[in-house]
Amino acid sequence: MHELSIAMSIVDMAQEEAERRSVCIDAVHLELGALSGVVKEALLFSYEIACNGTPLEGSRLVVNEIPIEVYCQTCNMPKTLKSIQWFCCPDCGAQTPEVIHGKELAITALELKQ
Amino acid sequence: MNPEPRMVEVRKNILKQNDVVARALRDRFRSQGTLAVSLVSSPGAGKTTFLEKTLTLLKPRYGVAALVGDLATQNDALRLARSKAPVKQITTGTLCHLEASMIQRALEDWNPGQLDILFVENVGNLVCPASYDLGEDLRLVLLSVTEGEDKPLKYPTIFNSADVAVITKIDLAAAVEFDEVAANANIQAVRPGMRVFKLSAKTNEGMDDYLQLLEKMVAERLHQIPA
Repeated sequence: MHELSIAMSIVDMAQEEAERRSVCIDAVHLELGALSGVVKEALLFSYEIACNGTPLEGSRLVVNEIPIEVYCQTCNMPKTLKSIQWFCCPDCGAQTPEVIHGKELAITALELKQ
Repeated sequence: MNPEPRMVEVRKNILKQNDVVARALRDRFRSQGTLAVSLVSSPGAGKTTFLEKTLTLLKPRYGVAALVGDLATQNDALRLARSKAPVKQITTGTLCHLEASMIQRALEDWNPGQLDILFVENVGNLVCPASYDLGEDLRLVLLSVTEGEDKPLKYPTIFNSADVAVITKIDLAAAVEFDEVAANANIQAVRPGMRVFKLSAKTNEGMDDYLQLLEKMVAERLHQIPA
């Protein structure tokens, strides 16, 4: 369970950005890859706790889940995996070790208070 | 009607701080000619026994040392010290994984001499260590025959993050009816092409093949597994 420390980093980084821009944050938008090692539900739960007593208290965390995209050497193009337990091209069945997307763990946008 | 929410685009990698430190560590290890090898597994997969045997077998010919992470106690460091290699315990308190900054701090006041290989034993945990780069060039994931062949499917992220899989305790394989074919298939499903060693640190069976890989990487200063 490392989601709480991840959530605290998100709050710190978002707040730093808010102060730099002199704005107040209503929501933090986050990209979360299926291979990031972070569980969405645990992160959402931790986010609320991490926000307590900070200027972000009451703000929302909007999670954009990024599926695993691999490169299929046989089809010669990127493919989206259907399962994290099966690193094979969903169309031709070839093994696809090369990961293009899915490890994301990044703040992508801040929604500001009106 | 509500006005459109005001948005500002930003791009902030949450683990950037860790990644920056890990990159610095990696550069440092490489420039010093040290191969950094980390070990991850569930608690009880046999990391410490495996590492103690590794250190013991390599110590006469190579500069080797180990950092070992645990929530509490110095027990693992004491066990590993029997190999006569320099060993340092990192106690993480309540933290369930090692982070790059802990490696950096541990190295600050420690002089294990000129190292060919530095081993880093992570906290026993198949979840959290997956997210944290420690600056290693080689990450080994251990799976013991007593755990069940489907561990890779249950913890795909950590298996995918590793470079080599090591099946441990094979001296017990028959007793627990370990299905090696299924285990291999599951490893390949979550990390196609991953090199797999099966061995017993207790009987030494299979240790040679694995040690040869490390020796080759050290001799040729390889930063990734040779094809």
